[in-house]
Amino acid sequence: MTNARPDFVYTTYIKTTPEKLWGAITNPEFSRQYWGGHENVSDWKKGSDWKHADSKKGGDVRIIGKVLESNPPKRLVLTWADPSDTADESRVTFEIDNAGDMVRLNVIHGSFKPGSIMADKVVLGWPLVLSSLKSFLETGKAIDVMGVKAALNQSCDGEAAA
Amino acid sequence: MVAKDDKVFKALADASRRDLLDRLRKKNGQTLGELCERHDMSRQAVTKHLVLLEEANLVVTAKRGREKLHYLNPVPINEIYMRWIGKFERKQVQALHNLKQVLQEKDHD
Repeated sequence: MTNARPDFVYTTYIKTTPEKLWGAITNPEFSRQYWGGHENVSDWKKGSDWKHADSKKGGDVRIIGKVLESNPPKRLVLTWADPSDTADESRVTFEIDNAGDMVRLNVIHGSFKPGSIMADKVVLGWPLVLSSLKSFLETGKAIDVMGVKAALNQSCDGEAAA
Repeated sequence: MVAKDDKVFKALADASRRDLLDRLRKKNGQTLGELCERHDMSRQAVTKHLVLLEEANLVVTAKRGREKLHYLNPVPINEIYMRWIGKFERKQVQALHNLKQVLQEKDHD
């Protein structure tokens, strides 16, 4: 499994600190501000459950999983599945590194099961969420992630990343 | 910041480099060897193009064992999209794009 090819690797450089970036990913109050009202909730300890829930829709749970690795503020590895189809489980790794006066964020979404439909759902979502995260940390202003997704999805099936 | 945008546009201003991005979009995570297959360019030329794409953050690499795999990173392109397409134009732009796709498909028949 460790040699499996990750299907997507996304990288962005953000003018921030690793601690702030870690907080933006793991703190529900932060995450909902740039993730279209969706928040990441867990105690972020290895072995704990985590969930990605829509704070605007009464906490409707969109994604669930386990925390596989947690090394703040450097590395977080999660399993990732739709609660209505937990057999279609994949894996998301966040890597945070200093890069000069910027911080580099790598998001690796991989270990998709054969026949997984999750890859198609997230392919539009990650670049949007990462652009929104960058904008939020650098300027305080996030992108209307769900609005853009709604526009893009007119041509695509699936509701896109979480 | 300006210099970073310049790198993205320079990297995109070349048909061979756009072709490499197209090929990664079809199959993400390819080695240099795979990217050189079915390509008219020499290995050195492909390497040079990949360096420029990496500097523009349009391609990112990950080591898997002894292999270096190349991945399309669409985040800088998304930022260009966000910069010039306003919040209220996105639906219209997407609708035009869909119309164009449909019409072009019909032409092929």
